[in-house]
Amino acid sequence: MRVLVTGLGTFWGSRLAQQLEERDDVEVIVGLDTREPRLPLERTEFVRADSDYSILDRIVRATAVDTILHTHLIVDSTRMSSRALHEINVIGTMNLLAAAGAGGSTVRKLVVKSSTLVYGANYRDPYFFRESMGRTQAPRTRVERSLLEAAAFVRDFAVDNPHVVVTKLRFSNVLGDAIDTPLSKALRLPVAPEIFGFDPRLQFVHEEDVTGALLFATVNDVPGVYNVAGDGTIPWSEVCAIVGRPRVPLPPLGTYWAAEPLRALRLVDLPHEVLMLLRYGRGVDNSPFKRMGFRYRHSTAGAVDAFARSLRLERTVGDKNPTYRYQRDVETFFRHSPAVVRDR
Amino acid sequence: MPDDAPSAEPVATLTTGDGPGPLLRTRPAEAGIPDADVLPTDPPGGILPLEPATPPDLTAGDAGIRTGDVDAWGRSERMRRLARALYEPIYRYWFRVDWEGLEHVPAEGGALLVANHAAAIPSDAPAIMHGIETELGRPVYGLAEYLFRAMPVIGTLWSRCGGVPAHPDNAYRLLHDDGQLVLVFPEGAKGTGKPFRDRYRLRRFGRGGFVEIAMRSGVPVVPIAVVGAEESMPILWKSRRLAGLLNIPYFPITANMLAFGPLGTVLYFPAKFRIRVLPPVHFDVPPDQDRYPRARVMEESDRIRDRIQQALYDMLRARRNVWFG
Repeated sequence: MRVLVTGLGTFWGSRLAQQLEERDDVEVIVGLDTREPRLPLERTEFVRADSDYSILDRIVRATAVDTILHTHLIVDSTRMSSRALHEINVIGTMNLLAAAGAGGSTVRKLVVKSSTLVYGANYRDPYFFRESMGRTQAPRTRVERSLLEAAAFVRDFAVDNPHVVVTKLRFSNVLGDAIDTPLSKALRLPVAPEIFGFDPRLQFVHEEDVTGALLFATVNDVPGVYNVAGDGTIPWSEVCAIVGRPRVPLPPLGTYWAAEPLRALRLVDLPHEVLMLLRYGRGVDNSPFKRMGFRYRHSTAGAVDAFARSLRLERTVGDKNPTYRYQRDVETFFRHSPAVVRDR
Repeated sequence: MPDDAPSAEPVATLTTGDGPGPLLRTRPAEAGIPDADVLPTDPPGGILPLEPATPPDLTAGDAGIRTGDVDAWGRSERMRRLARALYEPIYRYWFRVDWEGLEHVPAEGGALLVANHAAAIPSDAPAIMHGIETELGRPVYGLAEYLFRAMPVIGTLWSRCGGVPAHPDNAYRLLHDDGQLVLVFPEGAKGTGKPFRDRYRLRRFGRGGFVEIAMRSGVPVVPIAVVGAEESMPILWKSRRLAGLLNIPYFPITANMLAFGPLGTVLYFPAKFRIRVLPPVHFDVPPDQDRYPRARVMEESDRIRDRIQQALYDMLRARRNVWFG
């Protein structure tokens, strides 16, 4: 198996590459990103690309990869400008799929990491979205629109390339000790924000299950669209109770502007899609992916509990994840220099 | 159209009776209909389950977690217990609810309870839910307008007390997957918003969506006739303007407001409640079909409506007094 991982600089990409490195049936791992890997990698080749992957065509041809793991869809709109986000999610996906579908392409499998953000959060929503269900309200944010556009590209690719196994995974909100999301940042504050009078049902997936699901789809053939979320739903009040945070209400009207001080003080940025989530919540049906054979290691409540545990540890010993710095010269030396003794 | 594109059609509700709604489109692809979103690839061959490095510790991991009693539908038994304790005096001494045929409510398995709907602020839903929960010890989930979910505080309380937005897929999951009792008022706001002179005359039963849900879930419909709710908060006049302004189905002036002043917006008249449960209706159709013949659905819907209407006339013939039954 020759694998190309996009978004190696994201947490997922690096973690996934680490796990792929442990597998003997994976011959080659090529990682692509604008940023350097976040974790130390043994044999993954890192290629620095433009944000829109314009050099991808050449890489796919040169490395003859058969599997593409597209983990580089940005779902956290607080990380960058909406312009940059559009460039990565929409244009990046477009170029990636163009390269993968070009004549003579060796690609036989595509796994895309998307988000349940595509369902939105609205009061007219069903309590558990099935994969075949659409949103009940048109998307209002750039991140949601870009994910929908990227999904359309993926679907077109699947139609045009019936010989390629295409898996699209929609992940619910992720919790874990290594990833920062608006919700996890909110839970790291001394008090957690809530919207007055609302106690939404939320669903979480643990970061281990995220990489597990991506790896599962890489190793097995599971074509189609699947929701990936821990079992069960949990009210936001319950999440705050498990983590041990008192809640401070934001007004139900003008919530976005009421959250502005939090934004201005750089405490936590709660964008529109997160505020809608804190208002109406979201649940998805995770049974189809389970029927395909995937086993979750954490339920929704389990993911919250694991997060609470890591938070307690963090409060006592500080950041337990040592920061890793990718140094190209050193990496190149260790991997390619004849001076390094290999195969010992 | 992008595969995740928002559905153009408005989502149906059961209470306002907008037909089968998106449930028709939500059946998974295994049913054989080409589905817009399921990628067009062959079903997978041999799957090699990827064993996690350590065995899954789902139960072990969850053992020590403090979890509340809020279920997947937002219902909290603790909250229900509190609501029942508060409502008990009203149920027993204000409305003096009498039941008939309670044995028709199944002791286990899913069933769709279908009742007539009345009073400006419906007084029938809490009475039915309270009665069945105390008598049978089974939770009842009440399907209602989405509107509740959008309201702060009220929406949360409503949800904790067993209210669920009337999405067809919610109803299907509750009935089919969870085997619960689900209460629905097919007349919806047309029933509660009707003027006093039309009391006990059933409105249209939506488009029969409730029958389709019951058929698909493979559960019986249990018709329920309620007498007394109509007189508990009768509507004398409605303001269409104010309703439009507040974006609510109707803005009523009730007899209670004239009698009690501002208190009348929430205070019911002490009408005597009689609730009759009719024998369950079983549909002789296979469950989990993508669609059911329209004519059959409408026929069953009309038949159930007619049975409730006849039961109401029968009970009203026997009623000597609005306040004492």
